[in-house]
Parts: sequence; structure tokens; C-alpha cells
Amino acid sequence: MSTTLNPTGTDRNGAAEPRLCGWGRRYVPGREIRSEDLESLTRDVVLSRGLGRAYGDSALPPPSERVVAGTTLADRLLSFDADHGWLRAEAGLSLLELNRLFLPRGWFTPVSPGTQFVTLGGMVAADVHGKNHHRDRCFGEHVRRLKMRVADGRIVECGQDLLSDLFRATVGGMGLTGHILEVELRMKRIPSPWIWQESLRIHDIDEFIDALKESGPKWPYTVGWIDCLSRGPKMGRGILMCGRWAERPLAPRKPPRLKKRIPIPFELPEWVLSRRSIKLFNELYYWKHQPRFKKGIVHPESFFYPLDMMLHWNRIYGPRGFTQYQCVLPESAGRGAARRFLDLLTRKGGASFLCVIKDCGEEGSGLLSFPRRGMSIALDIAIRDETQRLVDELNEEVIAEGGRIYLAKDSFTRPGHFRSMEPRLEEWLEVRRRWDPEQKFRSAQSVRLFGDRP
Amino acid sequence: MRVVFLGATKGMGRALARRMAERKDELFLLGRNLQDLEASAADLKIRGGHERVNVGVCDLEDSDRFAPALEAARAAMGDVDAVVITAGLFAVQEKLESDLDLTRRLLTVNFTHTLLFCEHARRMLLARGGGTLCVFSSVAGERGRRPVAIYGASKAGLSRYLEALDHRHRAEGLKVVCVHPGFVRTGMTDGLKPPPFAGEPDEVAHIVLRAIDRGTPLVYAPRMWALVMLVIRWLPRFVMRRVGF
Repeated sequence: MSTTLNPTGTDRNGAAEPRLCGWGRRYVPGREIRSEDLESLTRDVVLSRGLGRAYGDSALPPPSERVVAGTTLADRLLSFDADHGWLRAEAGLSLLELNRLFLPRGWFTPVSPGTQFVTLGGMVAADVHGKNHHRDRCFGEHVRRLKMRVADGRIVECGQDLLSDLFRATVGGMGLTGHILEVELRMKRIPSPWIWQESLRIHDIDEFIDALKESGPKWPYTVGWIDCLSRGPKMGRGILMCGRWAERPLAPRKPPRLKKRIPIPFELPEWVLSRRSIKLFNELYYWKHQPRFKKGIVHPESFFYPLDMMLHWNRIYGPRGFTQYQCVLPESAGRGAARRFLDLLTRKGGASFLCVIKDCGEEGSGLLSFPRRGMSIALDIAIRDETQRLVDELNEEVIAEGGRIYLAKDSFTRPGHFRSMEPRLEEWLEVRRRWDPEQKFRSAQSVRLFGDRP
Repeated sequence: MRVVFLGATKGMGRALARRMAERKDELFLLGRNLQDLEASAADLKIRGGHERVNVGVCDLEDSDRFAPALEAARAAMGDVDAVVITAGLFAVQEKLESDLDLTRRLLTVNFTHTLLFCEHARRMLLARGGGTLCVFSSVAGERGRRPVAIYGASKAGLSRYLEALDHRHRAEGLKVVCVHPGFVRTGMTDGLKPPPFAGEPDEVAHIVLRAIDRGTPLVYAPRMWALVMLVIRWLPRFVMRRVGF
């Protein structure tokens, strides 16, 4: 069965004016126009938007504009070289569709984020990373060519070896250098479409860091879930999951079937996510992992995309929505950095349902690409009165450690803080000035963080 | 199945052609723009994992090209089992009212030329002893409604023709499948406010493919629209006038 995807976060019912939001469900006035023909659609539009999974304001129009170009109808595969894995497709193709078509044939995206509800264009714009970052780096490293509409109206091709300044500013550039129309990437051969997973319950954060570092050379995919409410000796306890594609003799003969998805049908009230309920959830999740060490074959969707099983899970966070805070703490900050960060988080009462820790490898070549060698920590925060202050304090800690945050998740970082985290920003702005001197392309996020004209 | 497909590059046609390619049907795509056709052919070949997709230029506005285009398709595939037409024009009522040239174009394409294309296809299919002719009409033609007075009229005429065509030739082996899509979220309807029960192109494709296989003469997609239209067909005129839709 083929799958049609609608962008999430578009909303016409109920409001007099159409509204748009990111995955964190904070609405602004705006609407999406869609067409199969991206070349004509993007002619006078300030920003492209894929499936709307950026948490914050990355895919929202700046305050003076209302319209963004929705790319999801432009979803054709244009060429595939089955000898080497080179695949070219239009930017609106979803990862869900790519997986549906290619997993059974023994191919997988070189880098996968934690959801399949993303488009190729979005994956380039955010330069997404996955559980294999310590080994394979970001998505952009596996992209050979981009076809783009740039600010002067031209349509150009770029890559590492062709208009490389534009390419490097676009990979991780949050769509601010132009509209991405087509993407050419190298798919990865896999022995079977099933995952061999080993998972281990871990007692505290130091043990966690060691276990992640130790698993890195042995496993292509590693990720940890941490209980970020526990303090003291239990701080940073959690579950480490390691995986690799199962070799043929181990894997079930049949390809995995698409999993059934359970929708969260409506917005839950705010009191559902109290400190107590989150604590209970974390406690259950931790102890449910029995015995302490488990191994076996798992479905690729439950390994890579556990949250995709719940449609609209962002409704759990209630009417005020939520934000995700994701930062990377560099190796130079030492092994204690994660402990210091968690200590601050638990002291400030930042309760998170899900807290994910990942081992990052080399920095990507994208000028604003997020990961760098170190540990990445991601947590979901329901929006409350004190959220801005909490993000500020976390950001100050991250700056002190020499780390940085992920734009695709952000909606609260202050411009000054971002500048302190990002020594590469000046170079990126310089390239952007060359390609788009009048700031034709901009988003709510670029106005907030880079001071673009509204 | 060997299928000639007019309108496979966009919207519901794209979704239906994908399902056909994935189940290894052979396709010959007809459309206005060769480059666009070739991109769609590449997409279908990769999805289907086979090479049996060819293309030819044929514009619904140019009725002289219908016969040669169908003949080219037949020659390329050897034989034709089914002809599918999803192409058509759409514009909102206000735009049509203010631009009579556009109105003329829309009526010509959606009614006169689609009917002429069907006549050529009918002859070709009957000559080989039958086959399936599947044409996308619309629920917009079932009642006279304010927002689709002109578009609806073009589709109403088309539906009546398809109904009669099915009666006329079913015994000779020609099955005519008339599709009445409800509101479907495609590029064509982008910018319109979706009503309740708005559908997705792939949902429609799934239903239509079954209808083609079974030779269902009239099919609503998404299915809910059969019920919606049942109610609307029976609404008295004074009610239609009051509700203003």
C-alpha cells in the first residue's frame, strides 16, 4: 500500500484566519500552498515547508508573511542506480514512503532521524542525524547534489564540488538559502530489513557515557533513553539500545509489515502531564526492561521510530504545546559535562517524558550543522510560564561547556546565546549575503535568531 | 494489464498510476508536457521495479492528436486492456464567471474533448473485443450547486455520457467505470477549504483500482461520499437554496 502524507500543523477549522505551527504546536498566522510543481510554486515564496516536524519556528513564515510552500505533493523518485545506491528524488518525498519502497529491496537511508514523517528536503535543511552519527555523521554527508531555487530566481544544482559555498550553507541551513527542489543521496545496502538489537539497563549517567563510548566502535546504531527525574546516585539511569541490520540467517524470511498506528485523537488537558505522572512513566519504563540485558530481532520501525506508532503524539502536551531542547556537549568538556547538565536540569525541575542521549561523531560539513564530537542530549518540555527561563539557564550551561543547540528543535533560544554557541555563524551569514543579499528567504526562526527583517 | 493513462502526472492520477505500476501493470502515459511525463515515468519505473512505462504527448485541448496518441500507445504495448482518464480542468466559479474564455476552455476540455477521447478509446477497445474505460468525473455534477455551477455542469454532462456508454457497450465487453471523487486534497483543490470527509489521493486510488478490476460502473471515492451524495441527491430544491451550497 502506498502512503499519502499530509503535513501536520496546518489548521483551518475553528480559527478565523488559517494558522500554522511546528511540531511543538505553537501557532502563528500562516498557510501553506501546495503543488506538484515546485518550480512554479516556489517562485515568490519566502520559505519551503515539508511535513512540519521541526518542533519550533523553523518552518513558520516570518511575521510579515503568511504563505509557505508546502513540498509534500512533489514526491517523485527521479532516478535510482541499483549498483551504487544513488537515488534522486523531489524534495517532498517522505522518509515513510522511501522506507516502504526500499527496505524490502535491501536499501535504507544512510541516516535516519527519529521519525519517518519527514521529507528529503527537510532532512537536508536540518541536516538530520541519527543513531549512527558516531559512525556515519549527518544526512548531508551522503548527499551529492541539490537542485535549488535561489534568491535571484535561478534554478541551480549544487554539491560538495559544485557551488560548494551554497551547498555547505544549505545543508543544515534551515531552508534559508533557497528552496530545495530535488535531492540526490546515496542509499545504504542492508543485509535484511530487520534489526538485531541488544539493550541494557544502566544505573547512572557516568556508566551511561562509558557504555555509549564503548558501544560506538562495535555498533552502527546506538541510543540511550534516560530518566531525567531521578537525582542523586540514580541520576541519569536509563536504557541503552544498540542495533545493527540483522544478517540473513538471523532475520525472519518475510519483510516487516508497516505497523498499525494509534492516533491520539484530541488534545489532552494540561494536568495530565504533571511531575508525578512523568515520574511514574519514567519509573515504569525503566523497570519494564527485564531482564537487565536483552537481545533479539526487532522491527525496524520500533527500533528507529518508536514514537511514530502514535499519530499526533504532540497532542499529549496540551493546549500550550511543548518544545524540545537538544544540545550537544563537546568531548572537550570532559566526561562530567553530561552529569553537570543533568544536575542543572533536575535542580531546575525540568521534567521530561522522554530524554534521549546520543553519541556524536565528527562535525558535518554543513556550516550550521548541529552535531559535533561529544554527547547529544534531547528532552521534551511542556510549555509553562517558566519555560523561557529554563531554556535560558540550560543554554548558559551549554555555552559554558562549549556546546550548542539544534535549530530544528528550538523556539526559545535568544539571539545572543546562539551567537555565543556558534562561531561558524558569521561564515554562514557571509555565504547567505552572497546568495540572498536582500533576505528574500527567511522564517520566523531566522527573524528571531539572526535578526532578519520581519 | 496494459493501460493507457491520460493524466498520470498529478493528483489522483499519480496515485492511481503508482498503484498500477507497483502491481506490475504496463503503462503508457499521455500528457501535455514531455519532461513532466518522463519524470513521472521514471518515478513509476523505480516504484514498480520494472521498465514497462512509456510516454507520449497528448493534450486534451488538441482533439486532433487523440487518435494518433492512442495508436502510438497501442503500438508501443502491443495491445491495450484499459484506458484511464484523470485529466481535466478546474477553476472556482468566480474565476470562470469573470473569464469566459476560461469557461469555454474548461467546458471544451472537461466535456467535449474528454467525450471525443472516450469515443476514440471506445473504438480501439471494442475492436479488440472489449476492455475497461475508466474516467474521472466528479460529485460536483450531481446537483446544481452555487460554488460549482459551471465546473459541475461539465462533469454532469460527462457522467451522463459515461452512464449511457456503459449501457450501450457492456454486452460487447466494454466496461465503463465512472469515478465520482468527493473532495480530495490534491494540488487542484489546494487553497479551497476542505469539507468534512475530505480524502487523500491514495485512498481514492485504492478504491478506483478495485472498481477497474471489477468493472464497477459508478464508484464514489472516498467511500463516505456515496452516502453524502445519497443525501444531497434527495434534498428538495428549497432546501438546497436555503443551505447555500
